[in-house]
Amino acid sequence: MCVTCGCGQISAKPVAASDADSHSHAQAAGHAHDNACDHAHPHLPRHAGDEAADAKLHTLPARDARSIELEIAVLSKNQAFAQRNRDWFLGRSVFAINLMGGPGAGKTSLLERSIRDLHKDVPISVVEGDQATARDAERIRAAGASAIQINTGVGCHLDAQMLAGALERLQPPAGSVLIIENVGNLVCPALFDLGEAARVVIFSVTEGEDKPMKYPHMFRAADVVVLSKTDLLPHLHVDLTQMIDNALRINPKLLVFALSAESAQGLESWYGWLRGHGEGAKSAA
Amino acid sequence: MHELGITRSIVAIVTEHSDGQKVVRVTVELGRLCGFAPEALRFCFDLCAHGTLAEGAQLDIVEIDGLGRCSACGAQNRLEIPMGCCPSCGKPALTIVAGEEFKIREMEVL
Repeated sequence: MCVTCGCGQISAKPVAASDADSHSHAQAAGHAHDNACDHAHPHLPRHAGDEAADAKLHTLPARDARSIELEIAVLSKNQAFAQRNRDWFLGRSVFAINLMGGPGAGKTSLLERSIRDLHKDVPISVVEGDQATARDAERIRAAGASAIQINTGVGCHLDAQMLAGALERLQPPAGSVLIIENVGNLVCPALFDLGEAARVVIFSVTEGEDKPMKYPHMFRAADVVVLSKTDLLPHLHVDLTQMIDNALRINPKLLVFALSAESAQGLESWYGWLRGHGEGAKSAA
Repeated sequence: MHELGITRSIVAIVTEHSDGQKVVRVTVELGRLCGFAPEALRFCFDLCAHGTLAEGAQLDIVEIDGLGRCSACGAQNRLEIPMGCCPSCGKPALTIVAGEEFKIREMEVL
């Protein structure tokens, strides 16, 4: 694309602005260009709305300006780290799960229960992401699994580089399950690949049927949805089927587990999925 | 506010590729379904560029509409949110064909 006027012509890279006239759209393209500045400079005609934006450029020696075509994914740096993590997991047959959900959805409670029930036959270790405190890692260790806490400070999500640092310290054993509990947030974590094998979003039956519609990016990015706290259903005016339908409307490929870490309802299907490293368990909603 | 970290990445990428020259304009392609807000990117850009070769550069954001194509009914719909079911026929056969882009297209250096 021509950086000067936004037309669709591809420019070679890099292209000096003084050469940019070589593609033929200059005045013929009919751009409205109010040449208000009183000095001579060789830039191409621009669209009318660009004049204010040009003010900064006009203070600079524009004749040396050149455009450089980049075509670089903004998330490429995170992707590179995520791929490195993914290879690390594959090399050790570690089944890595990125567990995401809003604060209070029941992420840590589900982990505590899962670790207590499974620790004899499924080795589980945990990376905990929170803005502050090591409380969740302490809860996980008390439940019987090794855990590393990452505090993101002002950060609202974990990224692949943070996880890489945690993996070096945690060293999850070969063949184990690693659960990465992301920062409690239904928006930002969805956008950052950590190199996990499966993305699990958890939301509780108390959060309302329309949650998937309100936070579509998270449900779109997930492979699995866990509907938690189903033991509370008798006390709520909430339609579980509608909740699931809404999630599937955003992402028809979602595997759904409805469960309660409190009453143990629905946990066996979830455990089957964990034991099978994401295989061999069917959705149990 | 995940845009702060991501805007740092934008500044890092363009300054790495500017070969020591001053960056005066950066053009980013941003799909409306990719989950990053253009207003927040603009808000963060000047802050992140401060003290770098991109200080004072203009950030141009080319927004791309979300578009879904249904393989069941053939409809093509503009999408406001990412989804997997067709707004026309309701079938889970929608493929998002545009709106998930997020890349640095080009920059201008002096």
